[in-house]
Formats: sequence, structure tokens, C-alpha cells
Amino acid sequence: MCDTCGCNITPGNLRFAYKPLNGTTAVAVLKNLLARNDDQATHNRYHFDQHRILTINLMSSPGSGKTALLEATIDALHHEYRIGVIEGDLDTENDAMRIRAKGVPAHQIITGSACHLDAHMVHDALHQFPLSGLDILFIENVGNLVCPASFDLGQHRNVVLLSVTEGDDKPSKYPVIFRAADLVLFTKSDLLPVLDDFSPERAEENLRNLASSAPVIQLSARHALGLQPWLDWLRGQLVIQRSQVDQGESIRPRIQHDGAHFPEVSI
Amino acid sequence: MHEISLCQSLIDKVQQIAVTHGALSVGLVTLRIGPLSGVDPLLMQHAYPFAAAGSLAAESKLLIELSPLRVRCEGCCSETEVEPSFLICSVCGSHHTELVSGDEMTLMSVELVTRGEVGHV
Repeated sequence: MCDTCGCNITPGNLRFAYKPLNGTTAVAVLKNLLARNDDQATHNRYHFDQHRILTINLMSSPGSGKTALLEATIDALHHEYRIGVIEGDLDTENDAMRIRAKGVPAHQIITGSACHLDAHMVHDALHQFPLSGLDILFIENVGNLVCPASFDLGQHRNVVLLSVTEGDDKPSKYPVIFRAADLVLFTKSDLLPVLDDFSPERAEENLRNLASSAPVIQLSARHALGLQPWLDWLRGQLVIQRSQVDQGESIRPRIQHDGAHFPEVSI
Repeated sequence: MHEISLCQSLIDKVQQIAVTHGALSVGLVTLRIGPLSGVDPLLMQHAYPFAAAGSLAAESKLLIELSPLRVRCEGCCSETEVEPSFLICSVCGSHHTELVSGDEMTLMSVELVTRGEVGHV
């Protein structure tokens, strides 16, 4: 508490805190710009926890293989877990149709011109998408390495895909999103022998330079290579999430965009 | 890309504060934005007048303070200024660091134009 930054102001003493000067008043706020989104995300997370679901936010550039990964994951796990998918795209139902063809419920959010999903869009989708009975919910975000990173959806874990055709310097170029990853997947790894300019070691080093300790898994969804570590990671996260929920807690992504360096004043 | 929607939620909040305080209009809005916030300050400045139009903040100015990108080393405890793609300790090179500042997108303060009487604040 101090007298300079506004942290001593409470809703109770607010009206005494400011003295008008020449007809103007300065009001200290210290509120994250995404506070409304974050409140909605907390509400979404509460819904997921009530249903004991593990929710994974998949983020990557367009065409890095998010839907192909989901298809391969559903093939491998559909006898073990009940899976649901929420798809985000600017247009078309194509991805949801691919998922439904696997016998798994899928809801398509068409964002129009929006370059990311936000917590309100996901909440609206939940009204049309029954959660009961699901074990794992995947949210496939809009293909974009910039904007999705800023919006909490209420997910428990962030998974970021980097396909080996994209270049191993992507973590350095897009630090905000790669820093937010709880797991990084190098996808389309079957193409590595013909790509002499992608070094998995260099890509991982660029990730570590972001002070990230996220595990890295190399896989190819199309050729079912290296899927086992990914499936084991999912199984492990579901176990952790369920044990947390049983204790009235929940798991959250490693990095929270909460501007927590400032005390918040509610106005 | 998403600066317009951020500006709209900013203006919603500013409008709410102005109405709560019975302000006539808004003078200055101050934000603090860090290099790892995912927000581009220039795009934010461009988007601001469009979001503010028609609100009590229509004539207001947006001031953006840039916060430094700083990490604290879990190994040697040094606190250093770093680059967005290189968040390791500048002193000992450790990868185990914690962000001290640099990911904020915070509404710091709003300057309200009032009637100049204590009772209206």
C-alpha cells in the first residue's frame, strides 16, 4: 500500500480519494484491458471444471496441422475417452465436418473477420454444445501466431504447434504465443529428411531462449509417427486436472496474461 | 489485428468510469503496454478515435506508456532488461527467469472533466 500508485483506494473510500483540480479529476484504474474477457474465461473454466473436463487450446499458424492432429488423436483415443471439439475459423464448416466424420461432436465458430477466438465466443458456443459426458474438449483456435495468445478462453492448457515447413526461428519471431505454450509440438516431422533448413535442435533452443520449460514433442499426424508421447501427455494432464477438481481446484496455463505486476483497484 | 476490439473494451471501461463519477467528458486516458503484451501501441493509437467516437471519451487523448521488458533470474537473482525473443538472464545466461514487467496492457488512469465541485466526484 502506498499513496502514489492508487493501491490504497478501495470502493469504500473512492469518493474521498480525488480532489478536482481546475475542473478535472484523475482516476487511477490499474485494470487489465482484457478484464472482461478474463472474467468470462474464468466463468468458462468453472463450467469445464464442473464437468471434470480437460480443455486444451490448440494454437498455431494456418496449415500447421491442427485438424489433422485432432483426427489422429480421435482415432487413437476414441475408445478410451469421450472427446469434443470446438473449431474456430474465419469461414466454412470444413474443419467441424472433418471432426464429425470421425464420430465426435464438433461445433464450428465462424468468426467472420476476427483473427482469434475470445472467451465470449467460446461461451456462446457452450450454449449449443453439451459438455456432459465429455472427458477432453479441444478448442482449435483460428490459425494465427499473433492474436490468439492474448485471449484467455478458460482453457487448462495451451498447446502450440510448429510445423517443420515453417522455419525453426518461429519461436523467436512470435515470442508472445510460444511463451504461453504448456507443450510445443513440432508437426509434419515425416518431412524432416527433405527439409535441410529446419533444425529441431535450433527450434527448441529458440523456445528455451524465451525462458520456456515447456516439453517439446516431434510428431507426424498423417503418418502416425511419434503420437505416443502426445497421447501420454494428454492422459497425464487429464489425471492432474481430475485430481485438482476433486480438491476443488483447477489447472491453468503456465503463463497468465493478467498484468499481475500491478495491484488492481476495482471501480 | 485485435487492437480495435481492445480499444472497444477500453472505451467501455472508460465510459463506465466517467458515468460513475458523473463526468462531463474524458480528458486523458493513460495505458501501460509492454513488449510482450501482444498489443501494438501504434495500432492502438490509430484504433482509439474510432472506438471513442460517440462516447464521453470522444474528445479524449490516449497516452501510452511503454513498460520495460525485465526478468529476474531464479539462479543469480539479477534483474535485467532483455529483448522479447531473448528472455534469459543477461548476467549468468540462465534460462530460468521470471518476468518482472513487460506483458502488461493496463488501463492506468482516466482524467475526467468534472464540474469542478467536490460533490460531483
